This record gives sequence, C-alpha cells and structure tokens, in this order.
Amino acid sequence: MINFLKIVAKNRLAAFGGILLLIILTLSILAPILPLKEPNITNTADRFMVPFEGGHILGTDHLGRDLLSRLLWGTQLSLAVGFAAAFIAATFGSILGAIAGFYGQKTDNIIMRFIDMLMAFPYILLALAIVAALGPGLFNALIAVALVNIPFFARNIRGVTVTLANKEFIEAARLSGMSNLRILIVEIFPNLLPMIVIAMSTTVGWMILETAGLSFLGLGSQPPQADLGSMLGEARSALITNPHTSFVPGIMIFCIVIGINLFGDGVRDALDPRLKKGSLIRPLPQTIYEGGDTQPTPSTKLLSVQNLSTQFHVNQDVYQSSNDVSFEIQEGECLGLIGESGSGKSVTALSVTSLVASPPGVIKKGSVNYKNENLLALPYEKLRSIRGNKISYIFQDPLTTLHPLHTIGDQLLEALQAHDSKLSISESISKSKDLLKSVQIPNPDNVWDVYPHQLSGGMRQRVCIAMALINNPELIIADEPTTALDVTVQAQILNILNSLRKERKLSILFISHDFGVISQLCDRVIVMYAGSIVEEGPVKNIIQQAAHPYTSELIKCVPQLGNKEHALHSIPGNPPSLNQLPEGCAFANRCQYKQDQCLKGSVPVSSKDNRSYKCFYPVGGTA
Amino acid sequence: MNRLLSAIPVVLGITIIVFLIISLIPGDPATAILGSYATPENVAKINKDLGLDKSLPERYLIWLGNIIQGDFGRSFSLNRPVIDEVMERFNATLILSGTAFVLCSFFGILVGTISAARQYTLTDKFITFIVLIGISIPSFFLGMMMILTFAVRLKLFPVSGMYAIWGGGDLPDLINHLVMPSIALAIVATGVVARISRNAVLEILRQDYVRTARAKGVKERSILISHVLRVAIVTILPVLGLQAGFVLSGSVYIEIVFQWPGVGRMLVDAILKRDIILVQGGVVFVSICYVFFNIAVDVLQRVLDPRIR
Repeated sequence: MINFLKIVAKNRLAAFGGILLLIILTLSILAPILPLKEPNITNTADRFMVPFEGGHILGTDHLGRDLLSRLLWGTQLSLAVGFAAAFIAATFGSILGAIAGFYGQKTDNIIMRFIDMLMAFPYILLALAIVAALGPGLFNALIAVALVNIPFFARNIRGVTVTLANKEFIEAARLSGMSNLRILIVEIFPNLLPMIVIAMSTTVGWMILETAGLSFLGLGSQPPQADLGSMLGEARSALITNPHTSFVPGIMIFCIVIGINLFGDGVRDALDPRLKKGSLIRPLPQTIYEGGDTQPTPSTKLLSVQNLSTQFHVNQDVYQSSNDVSFEIQEGECLGLIGESGSGKSVTALSVTSLVASPPGVIKKGSVNYKNENLLALPYEKLRSIRGNKISYIFQDPLTTLHPLHTIGDQLLEALQAHDSKLSISESISKSKDLLKSVQIPNPDNVWDVYPHQLSGGMRQRVCIAMALINNPELIIADEPTTALDVTVQAQILNILNSLRKERKLSILFISHDFGVISQLCDRVIVMYAGSIVEEGPVKNIIQQAAHPYTSELIKCVPQLGNKEHALHSIPGNPPSLNQLPEGCAFANRCQYKQDQCLKGSVPVSSKDNRSYKCFYPVGGTA
Repeated sequence: MNRLLSAIPVVLGITIIVFLIISLIPGDPATAILGSYATPENVAKINKDLGLDKSLPERYLIWLGNIIQGDFGRSFSLNRPVIDEVMERFNATLILSGTAFVLCSFFGILVGTISAARQYTLTDKFITFIVLIGISIPSFFLGMMMILTFAVRLKLFPVSGMYAIWGGGDLPDLINHLVMPSIALAIVATGVVARISRNAVLEILRQDYVRTARAKGVKERSILISHVLRVAIVTILPVLGLQAGFVLSGSVYIEIVFQWPGVGRMLVDAILKRDIILVQGGVVFVSICYVFFNIAVDVLQRVLDPRIR
C-alpha cells in the first residue's frame, strides 16, 4: 500500500490530481462545521451579488442564497452521489462479470447477451428511460447512472475472471474440494480487486459528470436540494446577465473531474504497469548514435563493421547486446553469423543501418564503414537512400514483417519507388513481376493483388526476398530468413538465395542459429556469444576443427539423420544475462575446459592465418 | 447481410428492455398521466386506450406489432403521433451529432497521430494537456461558456436555436447556428479519440512491418501515412462506433444549452411532462438507429481490413 502510494506520488500529475481531489473532498466534508451561511435561506433583496459583495465570498444566486455555502454543500452531494453510483455499478457489474467468467458456458452466454443488449443503447437514452419510469429525482438519477455503467464493469471483470479461472491455483482449489462459491469469494475475488479499483478510478469521474448532467437537465436533484449539476442548471437562465453564478458550479465540476482523471491515470499506472504510458515509446527512424564523429578505419572490403557496441537501456539496466563487434564482408561473399537466441546477432545486423529500435536501443560506439563513410553517423536522408537500395534486409517472420493491409504488388512498388521515383508505373510493375518469377513464384500476376495473409509462409518469404532484391543491392542482410519455415521450404529458400547470390554477385550477411544451414550457404562464419564474437573463420575449417569450445558445442547440436547413436545434443546451462555480464569469458560457467584464468580480466583474441578465436584453451590445442 | 440479420435479436432486446423499464412505473400510470383529472371514468378510458387492462406479454406483443408497422403511439402532451414528432426531431439531432462525430473523428485521429509522431516533444505535451482538459470539461458547461464568449461578447455566432427566427432557414444560416453546438459536443469525444489514436499509433510504430518499411528506405512521412495510419484507422474504428454513442448522448445536454430542437430536448421535456409514450418511442427509435449505425461501422471495418474480409 505504501509502495503503491509512493508510485502514485512520484507521478507529479497524479499527485497534483490527488491533492486537488483531497482539498475538494476535505472542504465538502467539512461543510457542516465551516462558518458558512445557510445554503437554502433565500433573500431576494441580496440576489445576484458578485463575489465579495455583502460578505458573500462567491456572491449570491438568483434567490440571494450564498454561493460558497451552496457550492460546498452541492459538491458534497455530487461527490456522494457519484461515488455511490460508481460503487453500485462496480458491485453489481463485478458480480455479474465474475459469475459469467467463472461459470462460463450457458450462464456466461445469458449474462453477456444481456450485457450486450444494454450496451447497444447510447447510454443516456437508457438513463433517460429509467428516469422517465421512476420519475425525476436525485436518487432515481443515481440508480439510472449506476445501471447504465454496469455493463462496463461486467465486461472488464468477466475478461479478467476468465483468465483467472484457468490458472493452476484455481484448479488446485477445485481439486482440494472447495465449493465453487468459496473459490469465487476466497480465491478469485481478491485477485479481481485491483482490476475493480482501476475500472472504478476510470469511471467515477464519468459518473459524477453524468449525475451532474441529469441534475442539470432538471431530472436529478430537485429544489431546494442542489447538487453541482442543478446549481448550474438553475444558473443557466441568468448566464448572460450574471455569469458568475454559472462559473462557480461549472468550474467545480471541471476541477473534480480533472482531479479524478489525473489521479485515476496515476492509480492505473501504479496498479497495472503494462498500461503505463512510458511502455509505449516511438522508435526513432534511426538508432541513437553516441559515437560522435568516429572516423572508420579505411577498408578495401565492401562493408566493415568496427568495434560496434549496441546497448539497450531499460529502466536502470543496461543490456550489452553487441559488445565491441568487428567484422568485414567482401564483395560477393556470404558471411554467416551464428549464435544462440539472445546472443546479439540480430542487434548487430540491425545496427548496420541503424534499424535498432531506439529508444531503448543506443549504439554506444564503433562505426560501420561503407564506401569510406560511417553509416552510423549519416544524416537521415542519406541513410534512407542506402536502406533498401544498397543494403537491404530479409527478416525472420514474413507474416509480421510484411504489411498486413497492403497487397504484395503495392509493397513491391513502394520499395522500388522509394529510391527511383522516375521509374514509370508500368516499368515498375513489369520489373517487379520479373523479380517474382526469379524467386520462383509461379504465378506473379495472381500473387500481385493478394494480401500477405493469403499466401503460404514459403511464398511470403519469396516475396520478401524479391523485395530485398528489387533495387539491386550490394549487400543483403538475411536475419534468420528460414527459421519460421518448415524444413522442405527452408531448403527451397536457401537454394533460391544461393543461386541468386551467384547470379548477381551479391554479398550476404546470413544470420542463423543452425550450423547446418550456415554450412550450406556461407563461405566464412562468425560465432557470437553473449554479445561478443568468439570465433571467426572459413566455414569448412571451423566445422572440421572448431577452436572455441562454444563453437564446437554448437556444431554438435546439428542433428544427424538416421544416426540413433547421435543423441540430440544441447549445451548445458544458460547464457549470462546481458545486463550483468561476468568478468572474463562469458561462456566460462558452461565450459568444460574452464580454468581459473578464464574468470578474470578479458580474454584476448588469437588469430592465425584466416582464423581467429577468443579463448585461452582452444579445443584441440592451438588450431 | 448476415450482419443485418444479427441485428434482429439486438433490436428485439432493446424493445424488451425499454418496454420493461417503462412498465415498471411505480403506481398507476393512468393516474400519473391524468393527475388531478383522474376520475374513475377517465382512468378506465386511459387504461383501455393504452391497453393497460391486458397482461404484460400481450401488451408487449401489441406494442411491438405497432412499432413494426411504424406506429409508436400518440403523444398526449403534443397530441400528435410519436413517430412524426420523433422523425422531425431526429433530423435535427442527426445534423448536430453527425457534424460533431465527423469533427471528433477527424481531429481526434489527426491530433493523436501528430502527438504520437512527435512523442515527448513540446507539441506532444501541449496536445496531451489540451486533451486532458477537453475530456474533463462538462460539455454543458463548455457550451455555456462558448455562448458567453463567442455569442454574447464577441457576437460571432447566434446564441441558440437551429435557424434564425426571421429570414433564416437556408444552409448558411444552419451552418452559422451549427458551429458552436457541434464544437462543444465534439470536444470531449475528440479528446477520447485523440488519446486512443495516440496509443494505437505508438503501438503500430513498434510493429515489425514498420521496421520493414524503414529497412526498405521508405520516407518517414509515407510510413506514417500509408503504413501506420492505415492500420490505426482500422483499430480505431470500433472505438469510433462507441464514440458515436457518446456523441449522441452528449447531444442531449447540448440541445438543452443551445435550444437545439432535437430528440434529446424532446425527451427531457417529455419526461418532465410525464409523457411516457413519447419517451418510449423516442428511446426505441434512436437506439435502433444506433444499432444500425454500429453495423455500418462493422461493415466498413471489414472493407478496410482484408484479414477479416
């Protein structure tokens, strides 16, 4: 509870709302003991006094009654009625919702159909019908407003109950022989409470507004009793001549509602962190780069990544996803990048053209040399002219990476026209369709007008390949392009990539967690572990004799068909968390060759010929 | 077509609920209607006229049968058929609420998108602040303040009504009268739509297909319009359907404040005059229209989203 108040208090707006509410609440509760004038004594001689006239701090109304006194009493009434309505709606709504969600099936069906019916009304019409039946009056308005808000609670609470009812602890309670009613009260209700509080905090403002509204219409509180709504309603006839009588109650309603809204937002954020505003952050078009004007070392290679370090800043934690990574790709080369999930391969690949979601991602240092320019430091427009044009991507899951609401044709055309606006539409279309053919899509004309969800996974990935190729790039970065596909389709996609690569002399950076796939396609391979490169070299040599223990474990993980002796291998233990990397070798705690030396300082990179590795005790001695 | 058929149970449900609520009137409706004229003969006559001497289900079926034939009964305070009065008033409400709905949808999405695209900038903070004020101010109070400022002080717009009493009646006159009430009505809904749009846009910006578009080298502006907004509109549509209900509800207050001759004002007058038949007819008629509006929204969503087509 104290913790909860702390979170709310930290949110300055919520705290402001809370204090505003508290002041209003205190004043209205203290109304009976404050030295106020009688709220209902009429004195027509003193009518329409402006504020501070004749000892009336806020002036008087059309019957000469003291406005300050009426305001505080009216506030008390409005708050009481609003909270009462919220409480009634929450109680009945939650009961209905909990029963529907817990018992399910027929009960659920009947209750929810009824709730749907209530929701089919524009809410005020239902409220008006109820008031019409019961007759105008504050209590009847309260009932009307409460009834109208029941569906909101019922729906929300039902949803939460359904997920709760399927949890293990409910199952356990059932097995222990608890009755349904008891489970509902003892096990489910306490878990619903935060949700009910959230729902109440978001609606109580509404209900105060709605009851005030009904009173404003003359259907709520009846004279001489007055809540804020009826005060405003009575003041309306004197709006033009004596506007202050309208200001007083109007501004009070506004203050109450804004206070509740601010405070309610804070309560919601504190109780349900998933809804917190900060969790929705717009990723910038370009990853934040803190390397300043780092000049890349000149290189003759097509692309040279130098000392790249990419981090994620989440709350107080820093996740070091890519740690001082350097590698080069030659023209026409296919470079493999391999590692477990979370080893930083994708982040490294996305960093090349600053596509890492930022915030929270930050490229801390390093450079990417492409044609003697540092890609990371390029201004946005220049970077854009390279993305998809010179360097393009193929991503893992083509269903989420293709836009769901655009046809395949439109998405291909868009890629073309982003870089060549002069190309005519008919030329663009024929070029795109030719490309679809070259990725072995048998009927480009049919695929053209189709949406991604209507294609199979393999077809979608072919489309993605075509899209990556459309501007004749020099480098394609393929981030696990076959992982989401089944094995036969995988092979087809790999074949397509391989033949296109030879045809077009493409360079490919191919990311995978599967040494089998890498060995089919790549010339050289880089092995990444916990954000760092641990080994690098020609694929053939590494498969014959890996130097780093991690690499050799990874190779062992490739299953061999028909070999029962070769049990499916897995690497024991888990990689270290990227926000608290250990000193020394990150793999040490999973390594069978570990020595004391491995746990201290940093491990140097040893290179020989065209191979390098980061280990004190390489497998099979110095390779 | 299937959607239209699915409306039947909802419409039936609406009539049952309204009928039950109205039938729950405590005391004797005839006495309530007649007040001091409640002689035994008059009571018996009214009871027979209203069919109150029959059982509840019977009365419901008769009433429903009449509604299907377009007969919503007769208003005794106005002494004319309910349907004629409601149709006339509904026209005015439709003009007011429709305008406000278009305003709130357009500006809500626009403002929310700008706010999301400029997240954490001064623009975003300013918009968030204004939106907060917008959703907290009671529309009837806002309407009154607008009358005071723009009609009385600045004399920019007429104080109230739908047409000028003398020499009005044409379209410019209507628009002139419509500006203030429609804006007052739209403000709250605009705030709600803007909040939801902002969140929807932020959510969509994190999707993989936006990253793909960036990787393709598409300009940020086109990404926002053709990739993000396209999806955002589909996700916001159901919310807009719901907002239409709020706009329609808010129009009751605005009609009172601006003396707009719509259904809302008619209903409030009818309640105060205890003209139950008129209330019943008005509520059922408008609610049914609202059901069909939501079906239209649903159909539109199917058109815009090929995944659920």
